[in-house]
Amino acid sequence: MYPHNQHNEDQPILDVRKLNVLYDGRPALVEITFHLHVGERVAVVGPNGAGKSTLFKAVVGVQPVTSGEVLIYGSGPKKHVCIGYVPQRNQIDWNFPVSVADVVMMGRIAKLGTFGWPKKQDWDKVHSALEMVNMDHLSSRQIAQLSGGQQQRMFLARALAQEAELILMDEPLTGLDIPSQESILRLLDELKSRDVTVVVATHDLEQASTAFDRVMLLNRKLIGFGTPDEVLRPEKLLEAYGKKVHLTDKTMLVDECCQ
Amino acid sequence: MINWLTAPLQYVFMIRGLAAVVLVGIVCAAIGTFVVLRGMAFFGDALAHTILPGVALGYLVNGGAREPLFWWALGTSVLASIGIGEISKKAQLKEDTAIGIIFAGMFALGIALISTVRSYAVDLSHFLFGDVLGVSNSDLVRTVIFAGIVLALLLAFYKEFMTISFDPILATTLRLPVTRLNYLLLILIAVTIAVALQTVGVALMVAMLVTPAATAYLLTHRLPRMMALACILAAISGVVGLYLSYYLGIASGAAIVLTATAIFLLVMVFNPRQGLIKAMDRSRTDLTDQTDTLALQDH
Repeated sequence: MYPHNQHNEDQPILDVRKLNVLYDGRPALVEITFHLHVGERVAVVGPNGAGKSTLFKAVVGVQPVTSGEVLIYGSGPKKHVCIGYVPQRNQIDWNFPVSVADVVMMGRIAKLGTFGWPKKQDWDKVHSALEMVNMDHLSSRQIAQLSGGQQQRMFLARALAQEAELILMDEPLTGLDIPSQESILRLLDELKSRDVTVVVATHDLEQASTAFDRVMLLNRKLIGFGTPDEVLRPEKLLEAYGKKVHLTDKTMLVDECCQ
Repeated sequence: MINWLTAPLQYVFMIRGLAAVVLVGIVCAAIGTFVVLRGMAFFGDALAHTILPGVALGYLVNGGAREPLFWWALGTSVLASIGIGEISKKAQLKEDTAIGIIFAGMFALGIALISTVRSYAVDLSHFLFGDVLGVSNSDLVRTVIFAGIVLALLLAFYKEFMTISFDPILATTLRLPVTRLNYLLLILIAVTIAVALQTVGVALMVAMLVTPAATAYLLTHRLPRMMALACILAAISGVVGLYLSYYLGIASGAAIVLTATAIFLLVMVFNPRQGLIKAMDRSRTDLTDQTDTLALQDH
């Protein structure tokens, strides 16, 4: 019931080759090719509708691929349980009757196997994951009673309990206050020290340029992928965002509300 | 008082009826927890109505014998659950519209079939509203077996059902067989409906599925507790409803559902956690609450 795949360590953790995805008959992703190194932090930026969520869902194996390949350590995503996905907060029913610890334990289900129940070592893993995101004191709280930042950290803990090696986060920083954003970015640093590869979709170009090793600029096509200095250049941003990017001396403002 | 409680128990049909409502209440409430959490109340209602033509056909084929009807109900219910599952995947129309069309059409077909029999009115009312006092020993044995199977599978796949209901994408990344689990859940709902047919009938089935579970949802924030509480409330509703039916001379299925509804309304109004009265209280002390919340937020 639960496949476990041998990882071929010679292969990159994520290798995407000529990926095309049609969404409702229209191209959502066109000829995307890139690969990731173990332990790096990548920001995915681009306007609304650029295909960030579609890319994540294709990598996870939820979104059917029209053509091309997604390879995790050399084989397709459907055989891997090492990919953690942190959903956008509005995708979740926060009134679902589960506690923080229940949600984190869900990450361990593949390890428990069919008919398996959580053992003490599983609860230990859940609590140490919650400790790492500084939330163990909230483990019995119902999830609707969490702040936005706590909700994101709970999902990170779930990915840790899952023992994910690649974590995809869909706009985890949107709508959070600055201290909450910073506490999540600090956690990403800690994940890097554990060789966890993290890909984060974000709207904040400033953050993308300061807190990530590489930046992927996406608008259906891959417009740029490299260090922030290489990618976040005026001509590339213009290509990705049309005319909506205003560049000032140090900061870049992207006008994309009300689209 | 004691006499009041024991008087109905001198009748064997009452004892069998009580056993049936408790068993059916428990299995409906347990599966109903997922029906409520996944927003499948309309699906449950439609499925219950859709089995009527199958039951009617069995009734005609067997010359009015009651015994084989369970198997006809079970077969139709399982087929219909898979059919509705397929429709909602492939339909060009919105899911609820497609289900609505099929459900009303099948229900009409059932009524048409039953109306060809002379004792039409009585038989139809048994299918629609149940006939809990007509439960036989062999009915009871069957109820125990199938309710047991449903509860055992629900327990065995509890963590999987919880995960596909809460976060289907996580379930996919954990490589759970999400499609097969979804169908298993649909089939378990279908079996539950067949088991409950004789006790509550087609028309009130959805109340057994959702009302006790919804009441429990208001009272707790943990899934296992919600399930246990729903089962207890359903059993209580069944027993109280059957006594009311005995003493007030009202239809048993209606009495059971009315009891469950009354409990729901009481909880909605007086619930210490989030009841209406509490909510009114809260709006009065809104300011203090806000400061509390701010103090709770940590960064």
